[in-house]
Amino acid sequence: MDELQLADIIKPENKVYGKSKIMTDTPMHYCYGCSHGVVHKLIAEVIEEMNIQEDTIGIAPVGCSVMMYYYLDIDWLQAPHGRAPAVATGYKRTNPKKYVFTYQGDGDLAAIGTAETMHAVNRGENIVMIFINNAIYGMTGGQMAPTTMIGQSTSTSPHGRDVEVNGYPLKITELIAQLPGSAYVTRQSVHTPATVRKCKKAIRKAFENSAKNIGTSFIEVVSTCNSGWKLDPVESNKWMEENMFPFYPLGDIKDSVHDDVEKYSVQKNKK
Amino acid sequence: MAKVRGAVVVENEVCKGCNLCVVACPQDVLSLNKEVNSKGYHYSYMMNPEACTGCTNCAMVCPDNCITVYRVKQANVA
Ligand SMILES: Cc1ncc(C[n+]2csc(CCOP(=O)(O)OP(=O)(O)O)c2C)c(N)n1
Ligand code: SF4
Ligand code: SF4
Ligand code: SF4
Ligand SMILES: [Mg+2]
Repeated sequence: MDELQLADIIKPENKVYGKSKIMTDTPMHYCYGCSHGVVHKLIAEVIEEMNIQEDTIGIAPVGCSVMMYYYLDIDWLQAPHGRAPAVATGYKRTNPKKYVFTYQGDGDLAAIGTAETMHAVNRGENIVMIFINNAIYGMTGGQMAPTTMIGQSTSTSPHGRDVEVNGYPLKITELIAQLPGSAYVTRQSVHTPATVRKCKKAIRKAFENSAKNIGTSFIEVVSTCNSGWKLDPVESNKWMEENMFPFYPLGDIKDSVHDDVEKYSVQKNKK
Repeated sequence: MAKVRGAVVVENEVCKGCNLCVVACPQDVLSLNKEVNSKGYHYSYMMNPEACTGCTNCAMVCPDNCITVYRVKQANVA
């Protein structure tokens, strides 16, 4: 039997994986190895597989992913820093049949936008929220975020985050799971082939949930910011595994229909 | 015995040489090129193409969508 030549393998009929049609041809501006690119691609693949390109509206944040609307060929709105869940609320309530998602960094979602985040979830808005937690303000030059790890050095904590001065890293995803309005709350990562595949399944489930009107679906992706961390992309993955996963453990935190309103209502009509 | 053979095509000009695909490949197929693309990145290439099984692991972790994967089942390989 003759050995196959590369040209015999590289044929359209043998293609098993390639770039999603939802991704545009605009090269992404992210640093090499940035997790944002991986998560963008997974969202694009889910939208393509669910065939909802015409029915999906993304709300872009402020942060490195501010220009996400150049990369996924769907409809977009761009919200002021931290306000994506409020904008998503307005859009979803006036267009209840659409799939509405926010995409936000930790500075956006867990610092300046904490109020919008908590209240949108607490209202049980039927949106998907995707939260890229890279433990830093990437875009503005690597400043400390609420999510920065204890001892992690950043441009505003050059000697490491000090709990006495800066408090503890914020586990906002656990807080969100406590709210009656959240339906599906999970923490994922995208640093290995297996975690990428798992994260995609979580994103798919979140999008499917938003058609079922069961409350907010929230996906944290523990991510790297190799530029801000001043490590290369491979070292960054290792740093994330060693330092972030113990505090931000991966896995589902909540998976249910949002709480029954009857259970908590004042008993008006009862004698 | 049937044998699975794969191949990847890296879009050289889009690749940023992050090395994530290289370490994700279980078959040690990929490496960063000594040559650079027009942006100065050492793009990824198949250094050891015979070993590729088309498993798609490299493409999964690529942040820049520049890997396309092909796979064939080759019948009757000793
Ligand atoms: C109202 C307002 N305050 C501050 C800023 C400056 N700013 C831009 S991006 C950013 C932080 C982004 O960090 P994060 O949300 O974690 O995103 P990343 O870049 O890490 O993905 C800040 C503070 C702004 N653009 N608008
Ligand atoms: S600064 Fe960090 S988050 Fe921003 S593109 Fe670079 S690696 Fe990604
Ligand atoms: S498809 Fe699998 S075997 Fe081939 S280069 Fe990619 S990771 Fe390696
Ligand atoms: S993962 Fe993608 S961008 Fe990074 S080196 Fe490999 S092909 Fe290039
Ligand atoms: Mg950040």
